[in-house]
Amino acid sequence: MKHIKTINKANLKKSAAKGGCGKCQASCQSACKTSCTVANQKCEREA
Amino acid sequence: MIHKYKLSGYNVLLDTNSGGVHIIDDLTYDMLDNVQPPFEDKCPDSIINKLSKVYDKEEIAECYNEIVSLYNDKILFAEDDYEKFALTSVASPIKAMCLHIAHDCNLRCKYCFASTGDYKEGRMLMSLETGKKAIDFLIEKSGDRKFLEVDFFGGEPTLNFEVVKQIVEYARSRESEANKKFRFTITTNGILLTDDMIEYINKEMNNVVLSIDGRKEVNDRLRVRADGSGSYDTILPKFKKLIAARGNDKDWYVRGTYTKYNLDFSNDVMHLFDQGFEQISVEPVMADPKMPYAITQADLPRIFDEYEELMKKITEVRKAGKFINFFHFMLDLDQGPCAIKRLRGCGCGNEYVAIAPNGDVYPCHQFVGIEDYKMGSLHDGSFNDELKNTFAAAHVYSKPECKKCWAKFFCSGGCNANNYIYAGDIHNAYKLSCEIQKKRLECAILMKALTMLDTAE
Repeated sequence: MKHIKTINKANLKKSAAKGGCGKCQASCQSACKTSCTVANQKCEREA
Repeated sequence: MIHKYKLSGYNVLLDTNSGGVHIIDDLTYDMLDNVQPPFEDKCPDSIINKLSKVYDKEEIAECYNEIVSLYNDKILFAEDDYEKFALTSVASPIKAMCLHIAHDCNLRCKYCFASTGDYKEGRMLMSLETGKKAIDFLIEKSGDRKFLEVDFFGGEPTLNFEVVKQIVEYARSRESEANKKFRFTITTNGILLTDDMIEYINKEMNNVVLSIDGRKEVNDRLRVRADGSGSYDTILPKFKKLIAARGNDKDWYVRGTYTKYNLDFSNDVMHLFDQGFEQISVEPVMADPKMPYAITQADLPRIFDEYEELMKKITEVRKAGKFINFFHFMLDLDQGPCAIKRLRGCGCGNEYVAIAPNGDVYPCHQFVGIEDYKMGSLHDGSFNDELKNTFAAAHVYSKPECKKCWAKFFCSGGCNANNYIYAGDIHNAYKLSCEIQKKRLECAILMKALTMLDTAE
């Protein structure tokens, strides 16, 4: 495309379909502690 | 829902519901102010007439077709169909715990959310008996979760280090029969660290959080001892020693707080980097707006500029072939957590709890000492499942401001404790925090997008 460059796979919807296993790390949102935004967490689902 | 913004000479477009990130030209940027679904087969004359004052007509028609094509591919103006997952989500097993091993501290940091270590409950150390009960509680409540996280927190955990070691030993002794694997973290201000402690931490702790605010004058203004003297000169060499001896297979980071006193905090991030720390988190103080160091709405423009400055500095470091990781710019645009995880973020009070030294259970460390949020006690076996359910249902669709926010799948509703403390309810967004979060995300998305673009090309 000339006007729009799509950067990523945009796969959020796909992730919902087989997501929610809960195996991923807890991700504290508070500024005082582990400082993670959720989006920097890794998915730990076994393939 | 879309969000578009201009930053560092780029136009960035995020499609909230698909997670799609696009770099767009000025024409697309302006056209998106004028179009939304449903789309027509050809660009409507009204749009061509409006935009042709600035842009070529053929280009306008072409751009319209590109937008429609992405819409048809469901990566632009994608539908929000996640609420059904949120509404059917149920309480989860508990998989993470913050152990308040010491409600006491050898520093008197002026901005401490924990009232300089005692959480307004009096100075107290956790006993081994309570620690063991906490491990038993976590195993019992963890269902089929194999990996269990325990964070030794305070106050200052090294004030009760022998009990830390004994709790680790106890947890390890239960791993095999319970089919669990513990991952430990310790957060320390570094004052008491000895060579033996460093060796132990590097062996047993999967993660270690080292508290330091940055430049000496910045750190020593607020991170002071009881006699008012600064901590920088004591902790810096110890932190250097710890990371030098730490294997590459284990996590660590230095973590600082910025306040109104150092709104030029990109200099503190770079100072920490220059001292040899490449894993860095520096975050805004959360405080009563009346405090002199508190960040207020009036500081936001300055803070936004500073994040842009930080983005430039980090980009320069990386261009020079060096590694630096700033936690709030960390983002995975492809392989990050699933949408379900993003609905309710940290899971406090649901998947995560905090245990006070006296064995009281709270939704997280920030709620410790707030009586209304006490969930139970390890010593009498009480546990408030109703409160757990309340937290399980605190997702982005039950938070009115989050529901309509473009950043909801990145911040996942923010910090429930901050929402409660500063906005009156766990479901109310704490606006100041939101504004800072959104700016960080805009920077993070652009940085990641440019990296991915470079790789692709």
